[in-house]
Amino acid sequence: MKANCWNGKKKVTVEQVPDPQILNSRDAIVRVTSTAICGSDLHIYNGFIPAMEKGDILGHEFMGEVVEVGKGVSNLRVGDRVVVPFPIACGNCKACQAGLTSLCENSNPNAWLAEKLWGYSPSGLFGYSHMLGGFAGGQAEYARVPFADVGPIKVPDHLTDEQVLFLSDIFPTAYMGAEMCDIEPGHVIAVWGAGPVGQFAIASALLLGAERVIAIDRVPYRLEMARSKAGATDVLNYEEVDVYEALLELTAGRGPDACIDAVGLEAHSHGPMYAVDRAKQAMMLETDRPLALRQAIRCCKNGGVVSVSGVYGGFIDHFPMGAVVNRSLTIRSGQCHVHRYMKPLLTRIEQGDIDPSFVITHRLPLSKAAEGFEMFLNKTDGCEKVVLQAA
Amino acid sequence: MEQNTLLYDKQANAIHRIGQKERGRNRSLGLGLFSLGLGFAQVFAPAAVAKLIGLPNRRGSRLALRLIGARELASGFGLLSQPRAAGWVWGRVAGDALDLVLLADALSSRRAVRPRVAAAAAAVAGVAALDAASAARASRDSSARHWTAPIHVLKSITVNRTPAEVYAFWRDLQNLPTFMRHLESVRVDNGRSTWTAKGPAGTRVEWQAEIVRDSPNEAIAWKSVPGTTAVPNGGVVRFVPAPGDRGTEIHLELAYSPPGGAIGAAFAKLFGEEPSQQVAGDLRRLKQVLETGEVVHSDASIHPGPHPARPTADRAIIMGARK
Repeated sequence: MKANCWNGKKKVTVEQVPDPQILNSRDAIVRVTSTAICGSDLHIYNGFIPAMEKGDILGHEFMGEVVEVGKGVSNLRVGDRVVVPFPIACGNCKACQAGLTSLCENSNPNAWLAEKLWGYSPSGLFGYSHMLGGFAGGQAEYARVPFADVGPIKVPDHLTDEQVLFLSDIFPTAYMGAEMCDIEPGHVIAVWGAGPVGQFAIASALLLGAERVIAIDRVPYRLEMARSKAGATDVLNYEEVDVYEALLELTAGRGPDACIDAVGLEAHSHGPMYAVDRAKQAMMLETDRPLALRQAIRCCKNGGVVSVSGVYGGFIDHFPMGAVVNRSLTIRSGQCHVHRYMKPLLTRIEQGDIDPSFVITHRLPLSKAAEGFEMFLNKTDGCEKVVLQAA
Repeated sequence: MEQNTLLYDKQANAIHRIGQKERGRNRSLGLGLFSLGLGFAQVFAPAAVAKLIGLPNRRGSRLALRLIGARELASGFGLLSQPRAAGWVWGRVAGDALDLVLLADALSSRRAVRPRVAAAAAAVAGVAALDAASAARASRDSSARHWTAPIHVLKSITVNRTPAEVYAFWRDLQNLPTFMRHLESVRVDNGRSTWTAKGPAGTRVEWQAEIVRDSPNEAIAWKSVPGTTAVPNGGVVRFVPAPGDRGTEIHLELAYSPPGGAIGAAFAKLFGEEPSQQVAGDLRRLKQVLETGEVVHSDASIHPGPHPARPTADRAIIMGARK
């Protein structure tokens, strides 16, 4: 089969590789129809994610048709059309039973690696380094799906791939980010980053009843999408306005009730702190540059919630702990426990509350994955979200 | 540490008693606190100490006491902060010797209160003896860990199953190779079991073992049968209900006593470069088997050594994973 493989910093190539096989009895093999490039794939692309091997198959947002099931899978049949959640979860451990599927205690065969960096291991993920399991990803013609009796969700034929594909990651990820904000009527939510997760965070905050949602980015077409498609009530271009002052103005001095960081470890900014963080990251003095997170903390109202959906991998400097402690802020985060959101969000899509396909700007064949990565990274041609058609 | 974590085995030098190590640690703690107390007194109240031990209250003896006190403080902090205390305890022994020399010198001084100096010398001699014994033990402990037998590993994991389920699975010793990566097979006949392990370069190591403690749903202990292996070994596994209805805590303790030479090296290899990591991996696989039904594989984990995360066409590796 053909698969998109990581071959070093800023180098991905579609290669011919062996077809996947059933390895565990609860596996299924899925013929991938649609797969997407995630913002977190760009962290790998740019070389910020440790424990990658040249030749690793990328991709953790994918869906397709079941072509084979292991003898331990009774809920799926060959021919079923499914969306696959990006965390791999067994459904049997205490974490899974508590609904914390991205913390599955059994799905990372390389847990010891993650323990070295983070203390304990989260679940395994598709196509996201050997520290998170060494599982081949879904930017391929076929994918092996472990614990297929727990993860994949069947989707009805009347919905297109583009409408349901993002149930695999970014829609639930953003929804959980908004859910962690404890939104109440009248709440104002500020969202850093108007990439695909930011767009869905804005839409989700509105679905959850926010009064006002403010999008913060620097890319005009993304802010335009936030306003016209996702439903942001206000947009701030941080290269044009002072975000803190603008938020004070928009909230009459209260500050946003909750702030969502939908940016993560490769934040951009301007000014001296950005230069310092870039330099430190280049010299490996810090692994992540938390510019958006710092600003979100500074801007959040007293007693508010800072919800972190963006991916961080390691260590950050100049973390404003003083603001957190003295202003009673709550920080919440987590890789999304996708499994628990798939059904309710599929229902939302079926009811027409949201059509997630609005973020898609580019559709490419799998063979042009490299082009998609480059476009998405450099934000050329108005790129917001790239879907790769594998079949 | 609980008494029942002691490895149960009567084969004299094959067994390592953690309790002893723990007592050694307590002794180091006591000596450390003693050093700190004495050091503070000597540094901050040298005149009072001089009077107590019968030294003349002169500038010279006060200075000497201050210096001795500083050394005492250093060894006290060292003892309390170092996990491997042997070096610091030997430092104390050297310091004690110095104290005795100084006191002997004081005994010969005309202005000294001789009975008090003699009592102080006797006290220091006693402490020195304690120090020396402690240092010798600490040295033995650390050399045991770094150089020779026995090697000892204690690891735990929590599994979402009842103690009865976990016990039953383990008690069927033939299940052990499903999660202990380096075991090839365990055959059970007539109360004894024959264990076969994979050695380096296709070699095999085989020995017999017998169960020496069998407490249903609570614990199992086994040891190798003398004469069947050059590497006496044994283990205890305990099954404890985890608090808050979280299944079972499995506490596994393994010890083995490799001799020098090739067989010992081969056996040591079974436990990997880092025995405790090897055992942690075994327990993680045990949890996978008990909770999910089998060892969980990824595209990379089915190969030995680093491999890209992509499917393989190697039938042998695929079939090996499916086994």
